[in-house]
Amino acid sequence: MVARVQALPFDLSAEMAGFGVGAGAVVTFTGVVRDDGGDLAALEIEHYPGMTEAALRDHGLTAAARFGLSDWRIVHRFGRIPVGGPIMMVATAARHRRSAFDGADFLMDWLKSRAPFWKREIARDGSASWVAARAADEDALSRW
Amino acid sequence: MTVEVLYFAWMRERVGHPRETVQTDAATPRALIAELAALSEGHAAAFADGAVVRCAVDQVLTDLDAPLGQPREVAFFPPMTGG
Repeated sequence: MVARVQALPFDLSAEMAGFGVGAGAVVTFTGVVRDDGGDLAALEIEHYPGMTEAALRDHGLTAAARFGLSDWRIVHRFGRIPVGGPIMMVATAARHRRSAFDGADFLMDWLKSRAPFWKREIARDGSASWVAARAADEDALSRW
Repeated sequence: MTVEVLYFAWMRERVGHPRETVQTDAATPRALIAELAALSEGHAAAFADGAVVRCAVDQVLTDLDAPLGQPREVAFFPPMTGG
């Protein structure tokens, strides 16, 4: 049961060492910076120190209670992350696969539109633009 | 009361600084926004589109029309884009 915000890359295998021991199902998801338009160099992610960590922890606890997770982990980076670099990960552990998948999906939908992070795209020419919230992300949250 | 006001993302850029201390008797975040928007052109630009302003009072997401109480810290920011 860990929520962490950090600038450095994370090591998925290290994060998973000792995670969810005794569970019947473990799900992990890693988000990676992708370049859809061919001119993205990096993302810059801003957060709200203090609130972000607390919000991640609160939501992990909510997911654990709702989906019967025996363990969970959320790691989200901030600062500059180049294309191809990992942005964040969630891991969930439960007795059965459905709970682990649903718990991870729920956490991801929440992270997209309720966790205090703001993304800015840095193009190869150095220009920067803030990423606008997507209606689809808000709709996804309404599923829960 | 004395309140520390924080700004994030493009709202921070428009205001021109990440935080400031203000004196206010605003009853709600929305009333505080009206006071802040009058401080400078940058503040006015940051709050120009009320539909995209989100707020946290003492680090808890709060509706703009909820009672403000006596907070230590109020943050304003655009819709979040994590994940």
